[in-house]
Amino acid sequence: MNELTNCFHCGLPAPDGAALVVAIAGSPRPMCCRGCQAVAQAIVDAGMATYYAQRTALPGAPGEPLPHLAALAAYDSPALQAGFVEAPASDASGTSCEVNLMLEGITCAACLWLNERHLAAQPGVLAVDVNFSTHRARVRWDPARTQLSRLLRAVAAIGYRAHPFDARRRDALMQRERRTALWRFLVAGLSSMQVMMYAVPVYLAGEGDMTAADETLIRWASLALTLPAVVYSSAHFFRNAWRDLRLRRLGMDVPVALGIAVAFAASVWATVTGTGEVYFDSVTMFVFLLLGGRYLELRVRQRATDAVDRLGAIVPAVADRLPDWPASRRSEAVAVAALAVGDVVSVAPGGVVPADGVVVEGDSAADESLLTGESLPVPKAVGALVTGGSMNLQSPLLVRVTRVGAETTVQTIVRLLDRAMSEKPAGVAQADRLAGRFVAVALAAAALTFAAWLWLEPARALWVAVSVLVVTCPCALALATPAALTAATTRLAREGVLVTRGHTLETLARVTDVVFDKTGTLTHGRLRLGQVLAHADRSAAQCHALAAALEQGSRHPVALALLAGRASDAAPLPAVAARHLIGLGVEGALPDPHALAAAHAADAAAAMAAGIPADTSGGTLTLRLGAADWLAAWCAAPPPADLPTGDAGTVVVHLASARAWLASFVLEDELRADAPAAIDALRALGCRVHLLSGDQAAAVAAVADRLGIEQRVARASPASKLDCVQNIQGIRNGEGGAGLPPGERAGCVLMVGDGVNDAPVLAGADVSLAVASASEVAGASADGLLLSGRLGDIAAAIRRARMTQRIIRQNLVWAIVYNAASIPLAAAGLVSPWLAGLGMAGSSLLVVGNALRLGR
Amino acid sequence: MESLYLLIPLSVLLVGGILWLLWWAVGSGQFDDLEGPGHRILMDDDRPVPAPPPDDLR
Repeated sequence: MNELTNCFHCGLPAPDGAALVVAIAGSPRPMCCRGCQAVAQAIVDAGMATYYAQRTALPGAPGEPLPHLAALAAYDSPALQAGFVEAPASDASGTSCEVNLMLEGITCAACLWLNERHLAAQPGVLAVDVNFSTHRARVRWDPARTQLSRLLRAVAAIGYRAHPFDARRRDALMQRERRTALWRFLVAGLSSMQVMMYAVPVYLAGEGDMTAADETLIRWASLALTLPAVVYSSAHFFRNAWRDLRLRRLGMDVPVALGIAVAFAASVWATVTGTGEVYFDSVTMFVFLLLGGRYLELRVRQRATDAVDRLGAIVPAVADRLPDWPASRRSEAVAVAALAVGDVVSVAPGGVVPADGVVVEGDSAADESLLTGESLPVPKAVGALVTGGSMNLQSPLLVRVTRVGAETTVQTIVRLLDRAMSEKPAGVAQADRLAGRFVAVALAAAALTFAAWLWLEPARALWVAVSVLVVTCPCALALATPAALTAATTRLAREGVLVTRGHTLETLARVTDVVFDKTGTLTHGRLRLGQVLAHADRSAAQCHALAAALEQGSRHPVALALLAGRASDAAPLPAVAARHLIGLGVEGALPDPHALAAAHAADAAAAMAAGIPADTSGGTLTLRLGAADWLAAWCAAPPPADLPTGDAGTVVVHLASARAWLASFVLEDELRADAPAAIDALRALGCRVHLLSGDQAAAVAAVADRLGIEQRVARASPASKLDCVQNIQGIRNGEGGAGLPPGERAGCVLMVGDGVNDAPVLAGADVSLAVASASEVAGASADGLLLSGRLGDIAAAIRRARMTQRIIRQNLVWAIVYNAASIPLAAAGLVSPWLAGLGMAGSSLLVVGNALRLGR
Repeated sequence: MESLYLLIPLSVLLVGGILWLLWWAVGSGQFDDLEGPGHRILMDDDRPVPAPPPDDLR
């Protein structure tokens, strides 16, 4: 039955199911709106109804009306295309252009299939390649037969959005980096497998089974196959080691390069001269295991970078520039990249501001939630600053551009996140320091061994010393930390926690105090209808229906709260011609059907009694919904004495006719449903929980009481928030405050926040997480992003971070124990090449296997 | 054991051949998307793609 009442395309309730229908695979399916109907029809017409059978998730948003071809036509201008379209290339089959598109609205694999098929079916499209893991498409088309705008419109027609983007810079770089790393890894892998194939018979052969000539042949074959692994695959180990040595420091690459070089050189010498032992199998396996670890690390880092790239895509590619303003309002579409400081651009309602700037004309409100986390629309009048990427909500604005390109806020965030992600984790740095000491020990052990054997048995001295250096190849040591961090980061990303700093996992494990911000963190930062107070003799539900009817179709947060607050089985709303007045409210004339008649009669009676002429002309009732002052100036009746006023965190709107106050609606910020469970989980981990908020004491107390948080601070300014956090850390009174030596802290603080005013606290805390609607500064100064928006993931992340530290410690201990135990054995001349190879593979696999437990 | 003198050089050449194959595969992006083709083969219907409806220029 659900099928009949919910939109078949997007799954939202379809209010008048019979009116909008699309025949899909032979049966009529209800649609909730014209947008969905158009999208579904386009999908069916293109012969791709299979999508509905294959999809595993509903589209993220209902279908939207098709953008005008004219609006997209700007994408066809050569000046704009220069930014992201690869120049037309001519070959035997004619000319072709190529563009990279970022697809938006993808929820499951069927969506990607749909996009690919649909684009491929457009006339003039030569090739389409949709990448399922990055949600990007590469399209090549014949400019003589179609235009880019038609392709974009084709994607829009099936309910998705495509943004062209410049893949040449970073993407191409990342792709090259990824392919090179993979190729190196494969070369080392293949050569290690084949060399092992040659080595095993030699190890297993009994005395006299193999002639000296056979063995020489096998050695030369192994040498030939080891060469690419050493010369090509491990080239960057040598380069990095050389750089480290020149800078007079010892990183992990120095012992690695040393191990490879010594083992390989000794084996080549042995092969050429026909003496001693060969370690070709150990060398190739060593390189193979290390490159495997590095490749996985690279993939994790690139995925995090991709998430940041999408942030940059919120700024549109095209802007409407008014070149002659104020003399003329002639506008031209230009590429955002071509905008210069001082240009005036117009931003239509519903449009995205293309760059940072100042409003020079117009009066509207902007949704900056994506950038600042501020959930309420921010009023924008002449002189106000607007940020590129925010959405203009109400009326057209003219904006004078003040910052372009790399200077804009969005690009700054992208850059900051980029830099954060390229930082080396402290744990890895620590392993590097360990490696430095390790090289010294290995070299000393080899030298001592050589000296001792020179005295005992000079003929074996060199080979025993070499075997000491080979068994001390720090393979397990080099893999111990990165393998664990990579496994944990991947796992957390899958759960919706994006780690953006190197030290995050390490510090999370030590957290003793968790400090929450209230608005937007423990609460949704989104209005919800709390209370309806009916003033006249109408019921609260009736008043609510009237208010919802006035607000239907509006995207204002108050409207959304009023509409969302209605019961799902409520009667359909009557159509209303509503007029929105910015900053005041909405006015509309409702038809007066039977449902209202009774109330209206009462209204008329009340009006009669008060001596006010009734305005029932035309059978409509004019109502206003909005701020108290605005209504008081219009309504003939005085405001009721018990009119509620909003305090912080709540918004109150009133409904009135020209003669009577009907109702007041109290809208409040809603507590996240998972907050209590998340707080309990954190307590179970032994963390103290605090609440810090800039909100009014009453609002903070209400939330804290419901969650059972004892430590709470209300009306905190950014500075006092930082004070509180430092107080918990025990460093409030400067160095050595609270009787602690410098550097030592009473508590390790995790700050969870989202708003702009949290930025200093997020930076001041030991480690910080920003909740999904990552605001600009918060996102940049936080150590991790809670993309899932589930507060319960905080406790899960702390648990996983602690486990990661445990596993890193285990890995390091194991690697050191293994190497320490093998040095005496090798020095005693007891380690043959097969034992060295086995030991290295065994210890490395143990370390990696242990790390993989984190990913489970 | 004389066969080794033929088989071992042969295996070295074989590895060279496989390396060339892998080089081609990496370079042509065979490893760039490891999820897509799996879905693609399941969802591809064999019916020919019908011509899309004429694009009305609004």
